[in-house]
Amino acid sequence: MLTLLQSYPLFAALIALLGLGLGFGAVLGYASVRFRTEGNPLVDQINQLLPQTQCGQCGHPGCKPYATAIAEGGAINKCPPGGQETIDALADLLDVEPQALDAEHGEEKEPNVAYIREDECIGCTKCIQACPVDAILGAAKLMHTVIADECTGCDLCVEPCPVDCIDMLPRKGGIEHWRWDLPEPNENKSSIIATDRAAA
Amino acid sequence: MNTIFKIHGGIHPDEEKQLSNPGTVLDAGVPPSLILPLSQHIGKPSSLCVAPGDYVLGGQLLAEADGMVSVPLHAPTSGTVVAIEPMPVPHPSAMNNLCLELECDGEDHWIEYAGCEDWRVETPDTLISCIRAAGVAGMGGAGFPTAVKLMARDRLPLQTLIINGTECEPYITADDTLMQVDAAGIVEGAQILAHILGVEEILLAVEDNKPAALDAMQKAAKARGGDCNVMTFPTKYPSGGEKQLIEILTGKQVPTGGLPADLGIVCQNPGTAVAARDAVCFGKPLTDRIVTLTGRALARPGNYRARLGTPIEHLLTVAGFDPSQNRRLIHGGPMMGFALESSAVPIIKTTNCILVPTEQELPTPPDAQACIRCGLCAEACPASLLPQQLYWYARAKDQEQLERHHLADCIECGACSWVCPSHIPLVQYYRAAKGMIKESKTEKIRSDRSRDRFEARQERLERETLAREEQRAARRAAAEQKAAAGGADDPVAAAIARAKAKKDSAGDESANS
Amino acid sequence: MSFLRITSPHGHSPLNTAQVMQAVLLATIPGIVVLTWFFGPGTLLNIVFGGVLALVLEAIALGLRDRAPQRHLKDYSVLVTSTLLCIALPPYAPWWLIATGILSAVILGKHVFGGLGYNPFNPAMVGYVVLLISFPLQMSSWQAPRGLGEIPGVAESLTAMFVPASYDGVTMATPLDLLRQNKGLLLDDLFSSTPQFGQWAGVGWEWVNIAFLAGGVWLIYRGIFTWHAPLAMLITLGLCAAIGFDSGSSESGGSPLFHWLSGATMFGAFFIITDPVSGATSNRGRLIFGALVGVLLYLIRVAGNYPDALAFAVLILNFAAPFIDQYTQPVTYGHKPTKGDDE
Repeated sequence: MLTLLQSYPLFAALIALLGLGLGFGAVLGYASVRFRTEGNPLVDQINQLLPQTQCGQCGHPGCKPYATAIAEGGAINKCPPGGQETIDALADLLDVEPQALDAEHGEEKEPNVAYIREDECIGCTKCIQACPVDAILGAAKLMHTVIADECTGCDLCVEPCPVDCIDMLPRKGGIEHWRWDLPEPNENKSSIIATDRAAA
Repeated sequence: MNTIFKIHGGIHPDEEKQLSNPGTVLDAGVPPSLILPLSQHIGKPSSLCVAPGDYVLGGQLLAEADGMVSVPLHAPTSGTVVAIEPMPVPHPSAMNNLCLELECDGEDHWIEYAGCEDWRVETPDTLISCIRAAGVAGMGGAGFPTAVKLMARDRLPLQTLIINGTECEPYITADDTLMQVDAAGIVEGAQILAHILGVEEILLAVEDNKPAALDAMQKAAKARGGDCNVMTFPTKYPSGGEKQLIEILTGKQVPTGGLPADLGIVCQNPGTAVAARDAVCFGKPLTDRIVTLTGRALARPGNYRARLGTPIEHLLTVAGFDPSQNRRLIHGGPMMGFALESSAVPIIKTTNCILVPTEQELPTPPDAQACIRCGLCAEACPASLLPQQLYWYARAKDQEQLERHHLADCIECGACSWVCPSHIPLVQYYRAAKGMIKESKTEKIRSDRSRDRFEARQERLERETLAREEQRAARRAAAEQKAAAGGADDPVAAAIARAKAKKDSAGDESANS
Repeated sequence: MSFLRITSPHGHSPLNTAQVMQAVLLATIPGIVVLTWFFGPGTLLNIVFGGVLALVLEAIALGLRDRAPQRHLKDYSVLVTSTLLCIALPPYAPWWLIATGILSAVILGKHVFGGLGYNPFNPAMVGYVVLLISFPLQMSSWQAPRGLGEIPGVAESLTAMFVPASYDGVTMATPLDLLRQNKGLLLDDLFSSTPQFGQWAGVGWEWVNIAFLAGGVWLIYRGIFTWHAPLAMLITLGLCAAIGFDSGSSESGGSPLFHWLSGATMFGAFFIITDPVSGATSNRGRLIFGALVGVLLYLIRVAGNYPDALAFAVLILNFAAPFIDQYTQPVTYGHKPTKGDDE
């Protein structure tokens, strides 16, 4: 056998490579069984970055389904409430290029809170059924009201209301919520060479 | 003499203290109307107990403390409450906040007030409630309710009271002046506070650029009994920061995220000490303070005693403001003060200085250039941070790295920005970054709650659907069972048979008649 | 009335970037004077030519990058780069050598990365290394110093620069060269038999190094940079030389004094490794940075292929600087572990 290998070095090489391949393959196979993870942890990681508005503007019924879609290779720029910050964070997590928000799915707006004009409410419970986070308090034929701290501003309650008594008001305001801004960069940092500025 | 320690870093800007003649208090007078913000302190804004149209006397309670961390507000002079609405307040945001406008009647009638005969026999709790009722908040600039600070005695063992007469910021001489004119008041106030806190050691800290104040304090300390130690140390900015002062006087460092009380130390401003003394000994509420009006755009810079709520416009007129030379109005000192948008805002409990510089004195900063990584900022930082790295991470909005480089320990003194050769507004980046981190933490909590509620709702809907399905299936099963058991027992069929029988019998009867 | 809303602090120290750069330029003057005295006007001409070319290139690069050239040229940073590079280049080098060096330093070493403050490598050293590897012959021909050869005049220097083919200078091996090529002679014998070695470390070279030392100490006094990196480098270099001294045998690497005062040691210690942009950030980091430069410098001088190794040592450490920074953060206020803390 040895003399065979010595006279045909090609065989020796082939056997060596085959042996290594089988060896490492066995190790990998064992690892894939022994260290298997249940479910796809990536979906949870993506879900952590999404704003949890559950508004459906991305085309999916909630943030978790959208996270699942992203994990399967979907676009990361469909979430208006998350805005560019979320897109950048997702790009960072998934190691892809960040893109601009897809205008088809909506624009980035200031966060809102729903407000029911109680004089006009008829107690039909349609908005209660529509709210994805159960932030509306009420019952049939009784007054409905929005629990402002829990409202995510997703807009889903506005459509179903038959008397159109729901307003979306801006959430921020007041001196207690004010914070400093980063200083302005004094040059247009996004243009590395002069022709970038023309394109921007 | 006790030993003094050194702090890391620090800078030596031009002091410009003589410009405002420390040691003389001028009277700013009472303006035609006062604007009193309901929030001049850390904590919840005071809650009103007067209404527009009410006539009030000087010292009368206008708004009560709302909850534990809050202070009451008193009328600085007699007059009529004209309006209660959002008005411009001294805040870096230049936003409005709820204020009470008091039209002064010029008579300056006051309520009757009386303090404790001998505070030494009173319990600490009584004294704390006197101080609380007088609306005393930290007058060094932060505005923390003093009564709440003193309640640290219940939570932690305390050994030392430090009266912070350092006043390390250039231009400001309000504490210097107070120490020169009322050193006895400060010492008595310190003794009262020490009695409340139950501490043996009282340290009166004075920087060595205030020889007259040092002298006055030493004499007063000796006169009132020798339990106060006057400590002096070399001038450096920012030695007057609470954490830095503690390090200088005791060599210990306040643990990160902690308070001086964790080391058994409480710090108070001299103005606060005098206010506490007034509250305890005379029952007089906090209604005025010494404000340094300085800067070369003023004809008569100096230290003025002004009522709280005095619009800065009035003070500028009193001090001879020349608008042609100046473009910036600064509330506070040149290192940590913020620029005001309009002079219509009033002074509040924490206003220690109004700085009105000429353009030559404090030139408008040029545009920032690129960071050359020289490291001068790290040498100047009193908290031994790496401002350069914090700058890069703040620009990148990299929260994780900011926290790893201890952004939270930055005291925002501005020494790094002062030394930066490229004129980068470093401390502005840190303030913005801190706000950004705070906001994102709040957002995270909100979004976690929303996610939990959403998932709970999904579960609820699923449960309900399942329950309905089960019910339906159970009914169907029961019906099928009944049908299989026997038709005679079927109540439906029996009912149909009965109806049929009735109809037939009715038909027979009509047929028969 | 409405006031300007600018953020605090509202005052500023008198120092700015242009002044830092100017101070560095001023500190090179003693060294340049001594170089000119010993080696002739070649270095001065290099500096002038290099400086003009650098300014032009920088203006072009800034224009291409859409940054206002008038504002940015005023910070003198490119003049510092070109001056340092031209001091390091041999005098009487042809103009195209200088031009290539300046081009590499300014464009490849600085603007490609984003301009002032963004370059990970010392631009002057980038230019030097590009030249050293591409034109080893021209880079190793040093004019013989005064006393050992004819010093050219200004006219001849100009000829050397612009019409290199017709220039015929007298070159000589530098003391570091000679030490490397030493075969069998004891150090003392080597020193006494070869006139280039001068009193301690080389005719001309010893005074050049002393002049740069003086300039460097003045910069530390002015607070332009701290003492950590230069002192660490010199001490480590001295230590390594002392270890490798071998009592002056024929295998000796040279005495500490020799290493300190020969070649580009002082120049490197005070002007190259103290470049703030490409060095370490914290003072502890600078100590490590300087020390490692010293070790590498000695090793490459004694055991490597090049007689003087400052450029390589610095570039290697520039790679390592961010890593050094990551692990040499100072202990922040309030984070000191105290006795009795349960952490």
